Formats: sequence, C-alpha cells, structure tokens
Amino acid sequence: MSALESANQLKAKFGDLISEPAEFRGEISVQLADAGKIFEAALFAKQTLGYDFLVDITSVDNYGEDPRWTLIYHLRSMTANTELRIKTHVGEEKSEVPSVLGVWRSANWHEREIYDMMGIRFSGHPDLRRILMWEGYPYYPLRKDFPLAGKPTDLPNVAFTKPAPLEGGPFVTVPGSGDAIGREPRVRNPEE
Amino acid sequence: MSSVQDIEIRDSAARAAQAAEELQDAQGEKMVLNMGPSHPATHGVLRIVLELDGEVITKADPDVGYLHRGDEKIAENMTYTQFIPYTDRLDYLAPLANNVAYALAVEKLLGIHDKLPPRCQYIRVMCAELARISAHLLGLGAFAMDTGAVTVFLLTFTEREKIYNLAEAASGARLTTSYTRIGGLFRDVPPNWCDQVRQFLKEFEVALAEANTLLTRNRIWVDRLRDMGVVSKEMAIDYGFSGPNLRGSGVNYDLRKNQPYLCYKDLDFDIPVGSVGDCYDRYLVRMEEMAQSIRILYQCVDKIPGGGANTTHEPVNIPDGKITLPSKQKVLSSMEELIHQFMLVTEGVNCPPGEIYFGHENPKGELGFYINSRGGGVPYRLKIRAPSFINLSILGELLPGCMISDVPVVLGSLDFVMGESDR
Amino acid sequence: MQTQSDYAYDSKIEGDIIVTRVDAALNWFRANSVWPMPMGLACCAIELMAVGASRFDISRFGSEVMRFSPRQADCMIVAGTVTYKMAAVLKRVYDQMPEPKWVIAMGACASTGGMYRSYAVLQGVDNIVPVDLYISGCPPRPEAVLDALMKLQEKISKMPLVQDINIVKTLSGKNQS
Repeated sequence: MSALESANQLKAKFGDLISEPAEFRGEISVQLADAGKIFEAALFAKQTLGYDFLVDITSVDNYGEDPRWTLIYHLRSMTANTELRIKTHVGEEKSEVPSVLGVWRSANWHEREIYDMMGIRFSGHPDLRRILMWEGYPYYPLRKDFPLAGKPTDLPNVAFTKPAPLEGGPFVTVPGSGDAIGREPRVRNPEE
Repeated sequence: MSSVQDIEIRDSAARAAQAAEELQDAQGEKMVLNMGPSHPATHGVLRIVLELDGEVITKADPDVGYLHRGDEKIAENMTYTQFIPYTDRLDYLAPLANNVAYALAVEKLLGIHDKLPPRCQYIRVMCAELARISAHLLGLGAFAMDTGAVTVFLLTFTEREKIYNLAEAASGARLTTSYTRIGGLFRDVPPNWCDQVRQFLKEFEVALAEANTLLTRNRIWVDRLRDMGVVSKEMAIDYGFSGPNLRGSGVNYDLRKNQPYLCYKDLDFDIPVGSVGDCYDRYLVRMEEMAQSIRILYQCVDKIPGGGANTTHEPVNIPDGKITLPSKQKVLSSMEELIHQFMLVTEGVNCPPGEIYFGHENPKGELGFYINSRGGGVPYRLKIRAPSFINLSILGELLPGCMISDVPVVLGSLDFVMGESDR
Repeated sequence: MQTQSDYAYDSKIEGDIIVTRVDAALNWFRANSVWPMPMGLACCAIELMAVGASRFDISRFGSEVMRFSPRQADCMIVAGTVTYKMAAVLKRVYDQMPEPKWVIAMGACASTGGMYRSYAVLQGVDNIVPVDLYISGCPPRPEAVLDALMKLQEKISKMPLVQDINIVKTLSGKNQS
C-alpha cells in the first residue's frame, strides 16, 4: 500500500490522535498529538502496516515555542518500498517519551543519542546513558540555548572542555530577520 | 603450656561444596578487556569494552563518540553551501559520495533534485561510483591487513592513488574534494578526464582480479570469515542495517534501484545479494559491488552528454541565479548578477520552509540528511543519518560468542568509519 | 667531492674506523629511524596511510614501522581531530612513550582545532602535549608529511646529548646548594 494509504489507516485506527497526512516533496508525514502513545502507534505501523525498518529518529528543539521538543520518526517499509514520517511533540516540563526499542532494535542508539544531545528521556529504555559525550557531561549540546563554542566543564580524570575561540560568534546570516541589515552575517551581541 | 586448637573436619558434602566454590572462582572469573580507542584494528577511534571468559567474549559494549565534532550544531550556524566541506569529512574514505548526498538533499528541499542538467547527473554518478570503489578498496585493504594479509593493503592503496589523481583533476583536492554545489558542481571536469577514467578502469579490472585471486578462495581467508558474525535477514532489518551489510544478509534493497535518483534509471547494473549473512558474504558483496561500479562507470563515460570534452557545451549547473553562482564576467559587469552573487554568498540559497529526508546509497550504507528549514539560507535543524553509527549498534549482539581474534574480522566486515559514526 | 659533515668519511683514507662525536652518532641513529606512532583519528589518518603506502614511501626515511604500541615508538603523529573525549586518552598514550619522543601535529585539526570550532573539539593538541612540528593542510598532502619528517630529522640531528644543564651540574657536584 502507498504511504498515503498507510497514513489514512493509521488515522483510522487512532482517530483524533493522528492529524491529516501532509505532503511535501513527495513525503507523507502525520502528527501524533499525544507523545505517550508513540509505542502503540509504532507497533501498529510495524505489525499491521508493514513498516519494519526504522530509518531515523530525529529531535528538533523549538526554542521559544511550546511544546519545545519535536520527535520525528522516519519509517520505511522494505517490502512495499514506501516511507512514512510520524511527528510528535513533547513539552519541556515533561521531556519524556516512551521508548520504541521494543518495536525496532535500532532505536536503541538513536534514543541514546537524542538523550545525549537534547536531554529528552525515554521511559522503558534499558540503558539510557550518554553515547557521544562522556558520562557526567553536564549539558545537552544540541539545545538552542547552548552556545556553539561550548561551556567550560571539568571532570577530573575523565575530560575537560573549554569554550572554543569564536571571536564574537559564528558569522552567519540570521534568516527571517526582516530587512537586509538584520540578516547580514556579522558579530551579534546577545542584547540584539 | 598447652594450647587448644580447634580442628574442623567437615563431612563430604561440605567439602564438595567448598571445592565447587573454589572451582567456580577459578573458572568464573571474567576479564574485562578494554579494546581502546587507540588500536590498530578498530578502524578509527572506537572503544569496545569486552568481557572475556578465557578467549571467548561474553559481553561487548561499544563506546563511540571519540570523534564527535559537533557537525549538527555547526550546521545550524552555516549556510547550506558553507556546510559542504563538513560533509567531506563524514565518511572520509568516500568524500565525493558525501558531497553528492548532501547536495541532493538540499536540492530535494528546493524541489530541483530531478531537474538537474543531465551532464551534471552523469558526472555526479561517476563521482559517487569512484567514491564507492575507493571506499570499498580501503575497507578491504584495512580488513585484510588486520587479519594478516598485508599485500592486499598495498595493492588497494595503489589503485586508490589513481582515484585520488582523478579526484584531484576534477576538483582540485585528493581527499576533501567539496566538489558539488547546490544546483550543480563546482566546475566541469577537465577535457581528458573521461579518458583518464577509462584508463583507470582498465587497470583497475586487472587489480581487482588480482585481489580476488589473493583472497576469495584463500583457505585461511575463507576459514576465518565463514560463519563468523552471522546477521540474519530479520536482525539486519530490525537493527537498521543498510548498504552492503544489509545486502550481505540477504535483503535485496539498494537505494539506487528502489528509490532511484540522478540518472541511475538509465544505467544497467546488478545488485549483489548475499545468502548467509556472515562476514564472507559481506566481503563478497563488496567485491562484486566494485565490479558493478566498473560497469556503471564504463556506461557513464560512453553516455555522458557532451562527450568527455563537453564539445556541445552542456551546462553543469542549474541556470538559476538564485541557486547557482553566476559567472564572474557577468557579476563584474551586470547589476542583476551582482545582486545574485551578493545574496548567495552572504545569505545562502533561500530554501522554502519545510522538512525533507533524503537517503543516498553511500558505500557504507544509507547516508541520510534530514533538513528542517524555516526559510532562509541556514537550516534550522540538520540531522545526519550515519550508516556507520547504526551498523555499530549490532556489536553488542554480534560479538558475544566469538573469540578475541575474531573481533578484527567482524569489525572489518562491518566496514564502518568513525568520522561518519560520531559526526 | 668533499662533503662537510661530522660523520662523512672516506674509507680509503681513514680505513674502516670512523671517529666522530657521540652527539653526532646518536643523532644520526635517531634521525634516520624515527618510528612513528600513528595516532590516526580522522581523515588525516588516511593520508598518513597513503604516506606509508607505496607511492609516497615513508620507509625510505626509516619510518616504515608504524608502531601502534607507544612503548616502541619515537614520534607520535597526531593525525586528525582531537576531541575532548579523546584528549585524556591521547595524553595517556603520550605519557607511555619513552624518551626521547617527539610529536608531529598533522593537519589543521590537530594543530589548532581546524575548521571545527565547536563544543567538543580540543582547539589544538598543543594544549595537552608539547608539539615539535605542525603540518598545515586539511589534509596535508603526503609530500608535506614527508617534508615535515625531514624537518624533524634536521631537528633531531641538532639535538645536544646533554639536554638539561642541571643534570651536568648535579653530576659534577656543582649544584649542591
């Protein structure tokens, strides 16, 4: 079945929790209103709809918006050769989502990486520890309020970090800032 | 002076229990061995904490992240074109393939990935296939060297030097090419490049045959690789395998055939698929993939629009001033091109808001880019779906039961690279 | 053809005996058999392997044996990006090398952090180990690595035997107070 049909079947099963399928550049994505139900949705997608391959789990930090975290699950059906994207949102206070490790075993390291980089916890994950940074690193690097240069830390006998010399910040355009002067790449002071 | 000494004579059951406990102590002691990040056989900076019972591994816990450079955070602070050099250094054995993958991902976001000029598509396919040969050669060479067959390493490196010559002629750099741009290529290939490719292919067929004679039916090689590290079909799909690892386990899935991009639809090639899923199958799949790449390359140099020297002046870039940099003469003489140049360099390619995922058949697996854009020239979130990261997660399940000397065999057959795994 | 060198000799004149200074002999031995310990971390490691391969032969400089054990190596070639997570390991490996030892920082990432100005990358390996040579390039061409090796050989050949004058004073009893 095509991706659109699977999305419609998902909507039929879960009703109001699933939004209307959206299409962009040939990809179908649906939104799951309640992140707590992601395990059931994933299980349904694998067992009934045939999405046996988890391509990727991504997290996005919507800094300044509520809910802050968006989790995006890319699924693929090897037999039907179709792809589906399930998006779900989590608020910052909760920051916890059920793990889909029971559905696809490749979710193990994906979820560990999201915990490491964003700080979203996965309940039911047997071994949720940092994977790219070291145990004991106090920050979550990929959050929007964490600077690119990093913050100084020191864990004796393990690792230390110092902020990288960026001399005023990455000189890059800030898109959508109105006029061209707002968008030009230059040093940006925090007050701006 | 007499002293009282207590002597305990236990009955046979107690003595037997005591003896069993001592035996358990002697047998049950497991050694924790740290196969550290600085190790010749770990193909980069991978740390595996092994728990050994004698020579047999009982638990394996891979520890990655020793090359985590923060690429995804850097991408949020760079325009799309500025990020291209970072993609070179992901899978640094096949930088041309990474460049093609990233350029196609951004072009999908723009909606132009199927509107590229045909010459550009053919050159990109040639770059991707040359990168595939290069990566498989090094994977094979390092794999053979770790198991003891050192000759193959030098053989494969000689062929890789020829590929480096081709990459240098096309892009200017041996390793970190940064050859593609959004909407096309950095520049067209030199006029005699296709002849050089043909010459290389002739020589490479001979070298590939030589590597085959050295390894494929070699008694020691087969004994070491057969039935080692078996990954079943279901396990491969469940663990998110892709690329030669997935095909070695018997799943006939190749992104070039199943989700074709560029001009792969017009080219004639086969997909090698394994049957057992052991290390030998994965090795055979890679060898055959190199042979198929030779086939693809021969077809490309024959069919490339404009011929090798581009006698009909086919374009290699999309002629849209908002995506591709205009030519320098126009920039210096005409106002419109000057504005385009200024906007592209300072603010980057203006991408529509939205999100896409694009997976590319890299030599190591499926390199995917998820780009979440909120408009403008800088991505809001760029996630790199690294095949090596996902392939490594199976080590915790694959290594227990093997012996220590099988670890380089399993690692080499999985063929991962840490630059991609840790990003 | 006359060559001005401490240890050149003409066997017809001097026979089979060479008379030279200990410094010159030791430095000649050390310079022409620098056994590198490749701390190959990232892309520069691939160019380092290419230096060791047959086109840019490193073995003609005496450095073919890439000893992965620090106890058996002279020179640690840090090839690739050093992250903070790897820094502690690198320092430990460096400490395990016996004297005399040298460090070559190969590539932009090892010299200064390169193009990775981020939270996870050590901005230059000279923050943790003393570096003798910096090779620029991303990655440096294999010819550049060989040039660096030659410069290292020159540096070694100028090394005095007695490197710490305090040792001499202590041994000769002058530094008693």
